[in-house]
Amino acid sequence: MRYHPLSDVDRKAMLATIGVQDSAALYAPAPASTLIDAPLDLPRHKSEIEVERALRKLAARNVAAGSVPFFIGAGAYRHHVPATVDHLIQRSEFLTSYTPYQPEISQGTLQTLFEFQTQVALLTGMEVANASMYDGSTGTAEAVLMAHRLTGRRKALLSGGLHPQYAEVVRTISRLAEDSVADMPPDVDCVEDLIARIDDTLSCVVVQTPDFFGHLRDLTPIADACHRHGALLVAVFTEAVSLGLLTPPGAMGADIVVGEGQSIGNTLNFGGPYVGLFATRQEFVRQMPGRVAGESVDADGRRAFVLTLSTREQHIRRDKATSNICTNSGLCALAFTIHLTLLGEAGLTRLARLNHANAVALADMLAQAPGIEVLNQSFFNEFTLRLPCDAAALVERMAAKGVLAGVPVSRLLPDAGLDDLLVVASTETNTPQDRAAFVSALKESL
Amino acid sequence: MLDRPAINPEETPETFTGNRGLDQEEPLLFEIGRLETTGVDVDEAPDVAPRLGGLERKGPIGLPGLSEPETMRHYVRLSRRNYSIDAGLYPLGSCTMKHNPRLNEKMARLDGFADIHPLQPVSTAQGALALMEELAHWLMTLTNTHAIALSPKAGAHGELCGMMAIKSAIAARGEGASRNVVLIPQSAHGTNPATAALLGFSVRVVPAAADGTVRAEAVRTALGPDVAAIMLTNPNTCGLFEREIVEIAEAAHEAGAYFYCDGANFNAIAGVARPGDFGVDAMHINLHKTFSTPHGGGGPGAGPVVLSERLAPFAPVPFIRRAGDRLELVEHAEGTQSFGRMTAFHGQMGMFVRALAYLLAHGADGVAQASKDAVLSANYVRAALRDVMTPPFGDQLCMHEVLFDDAWLKGTGVSTLDFAKAMIDEGYHPMTMYFPLVVHGAMLIEPTESESKAALDLFIATLRDLARSAQEGDTQRFTQAPRLAPRRRVDETLAARKPVLRWRAA
Repeated sequence: MRYHPLSDVDRKAMLATIGVQDSAALYAPAPASTLIDAPLDLPRHKSEIEVERALRKLAARNVAAGSVPFFIGAGAYRHHVPATVDHLIQRSEFLTSYTPYQPEISQGTLQTLFEFQTQVALLTGMEVANASMYDGSTGTAEAVLMAHRLTGRRKALLSGGLHPQYAEVVRTISRLAEDSVADMPPDVDCVEDLIARIDDTLSCVVVQTPDFFGHLRDLTPIADACHRHGALLVAVFTEAVSLGLLTPPGAMGADIVVGEGQSIGNTLNFGGPYVGLFATRQEFVRQMPGRVAGESVDADGRRAFVLTLSTREQHIRRDKATSNICTNSGLCALAFTIHLTLLGEAGLTRLARLNHANAVALADMLAQAPGIEVLNQSFFNEFTLRLPCDAAALVERMAAKGVLAGVPVSRLLPDAGLDDLLVVASTETNTPQDRAAFVSALKESL
Repeated sequence: MLDRPAINPEETPETFTGNRGLDQEEPLLFEIGRLETTGVDVDEAPDVAPRLGGLERKGPIGLPGLSEPETMRHYVRLSRRNYSIDAGLYPLGSCTMKHNPRLNEKMARLDGFADIHPLQPVSTAQGALALMEELAHWLMTLTNTHAIALSPKAGAHGELCGMMAIKSAIAARGEGASRNVVLIPQSAHGTNPATAALLGFSVRVVPAAADGTVRAEAVRTALGPDVAAIMLTNPNTCGLFEREIVEIAEAAHEAGAYFYCDGANFNAIAGVARPGDFGVDAMHINLHKTFSTPHGGGGPGAGPVVLSERLAPFAPVPFIRRAGDRLELVEHAEGTQSFGRMTAFHGQMGMFVRALAYLLAHGADGVAQASKDAVLSANYVRAALRDVMTPPFGDQLCMHEVLFDDAWLKGTGVSTLDFAKAMIDEGYHPMTMYFPLVVHGAMLIEPTESESKAALDLFIATLRDLARSAQEGDTQRFTQAPRLAPRRRVDETLAARKPVLRWRAA
């Protein structure tokens, strides 16, 4: 076995030092009834070339986004990731290091996390950010739990524009944590009146912008209403690139901002691993879940970074901890921060403008197609179409023509009677040829 | 212009820059980047009338950029200030730092895995579902269990998943109101009580016996009609196999409770013993630990949960279902007993690819060998150090990690922390310190199966030298350590008392 350095000669010598006969004797503490006495019905080890062959075969059965005109978003976006990003995150010292528990020999990870936290705070318009969460959806659930801790109330109101799977994650955890959730119906046209639903029983209101259907929302009046009633505003985004062009949630009064960072530096990966971004106000920092890196000094007075505020965490507070989380998406956060460093303000702004322009061009072309209605007055790089037919079936027909067209709303909301809606995203990766292919495949498939 | 980090000339007088040869200082991105600089050539956007609903950003963001060469140098320099498993032995007990094969990285980056969207038509992602099905088959076979939830994104997320399945099963039995206690041994990971508390359970602590393991009798005493589950780690956090695991499971089941096994240490027994045979109802498997997906400086991990027949119906969505020669993805809980959804999308696909690559490379034979070698290495370290360092529970066989306490340092003026920092000067990552909490000054060493005998011998010799040095009164070597790392001892108290969590313009 190529991964195991010990030879049988080594093993024998080591067993002699330990003073046992064979390696089976090392398992003597385990009851004999629990040890496997026959080989498991699983294959034996394979050479590198055999493993590669087996996995390439599986990979070949998937249609890669880059191989076709591709317009799928709804919480995960295809952007170009510069080669430098993947090269750097594959450096052993980043890839194969652990949580930076020993700050003296982990300054690389700690400084990048400190930079990441600063970038996330700037991007969201908030005061502080943590070192990342599993993803945007679990971060949203954690934000709701944090709002419960801060307000002493245990009921959240979810906007109908929130990504349905994010809402589902919040509902699942809330139900099992015996908290409650008030739901708004799917807000296809961005007309819901959240403010009328806000009262003194709510811990928070959770609103996404750009929302699941692509609409942009001014959060300011919602934030004001929340604050009048002692509730917090949790602002959610799933497309981090949008923050390059839009007023950040922090400037609209959000108290906690959570979102998905996959768009920057990370590939689609069939849904994970992704990187949750989590930012809040300084005053709430001790109730914030997750890891956080902070600045300090070493014994020589040099600037140094260290994981801090761990007294909130499970390994110290156990059943009194703010959260059971004991990890972050370190490497994905690193990819995010490297890509954002490469972009800088100038590059991010340009990238965001290009995304928006490509989406506008596509929306305008599609609005011309017979029977198609674009529902959005405003959007960033994603919008919703009302079709004269079933969206899921249309997507399959278009896939057969080699175009991956978007996400049928019915896939996420099967019982909402929204079978004719299609959420379409367009990024900088789409060319004019891709747009033309989309329109022509659509017309042929209607 | 850039301010150089403060240098105390009495302590580090060597250079003007603060650099020490190859060990180069690196300012923060915010101190060297410029708002107008970019390292990416993005096309100019065509001129369109924006449709942003008047919500355009009004002012600058304040995000500096670096050109591509500057970016490369910034992060390469930072990377060199990190210890990593590829650079040396990383004996972090309970964390499992083993070799990360690069084949796994290469496979995870195939376009057919990395460049597929979670919501593209299932007909265009059959290979991905087949991969998930195959990984699920391996994990269920290795554990002898009936169902699996792949979606949890880390070990602690897996715990949450398992406990949510248990809570749902208890509710389905009509006992939701009466069973609200979870038994947890004192030595458990902090995530266990935190998870139980998050779900509204109260925690009842089960003490360990003098040998560091939990007795079935102690569990029986703690059990009652109010107990929903026991959360037990096996092998436990003291590096010991829970000898009475089968009786403990039986006792829990007889009392109507479920057995959640913290699978953090599955890498000691994978291919050797099956948790399903112990009577486990739910167990998470840390793919990053057991199947060597890289830790990445703190994540991402992946924590699939295997489930017994009794808990299988409550597994979260999504899950995979076979329909003839096609695979389907069940994404909605309606009409099932599933407790719901834990995360948008399907879990850590990138980790699934790496874990399956690892499993295929090892085969069932190699997985068993890996476990046995991990246990062998830990016992070898134990046997070679037992005369200088003190095992807290007597001289007994350990599993894949060996635990010492600080009794042997008593009177030397050297603490566990000092000893750990001195290891840094010798070129090693310190062991896990002060965990488990039940042992005073705990030092938990996990060498893993990835180390050669020569590497272990050198490590052992180094620890013996350090131990002798401590006992001979050379306290400066320890209290001043580390002297040879990129940073000396960092002031953690200052960081917590006056948190500075981001850069701000001066």
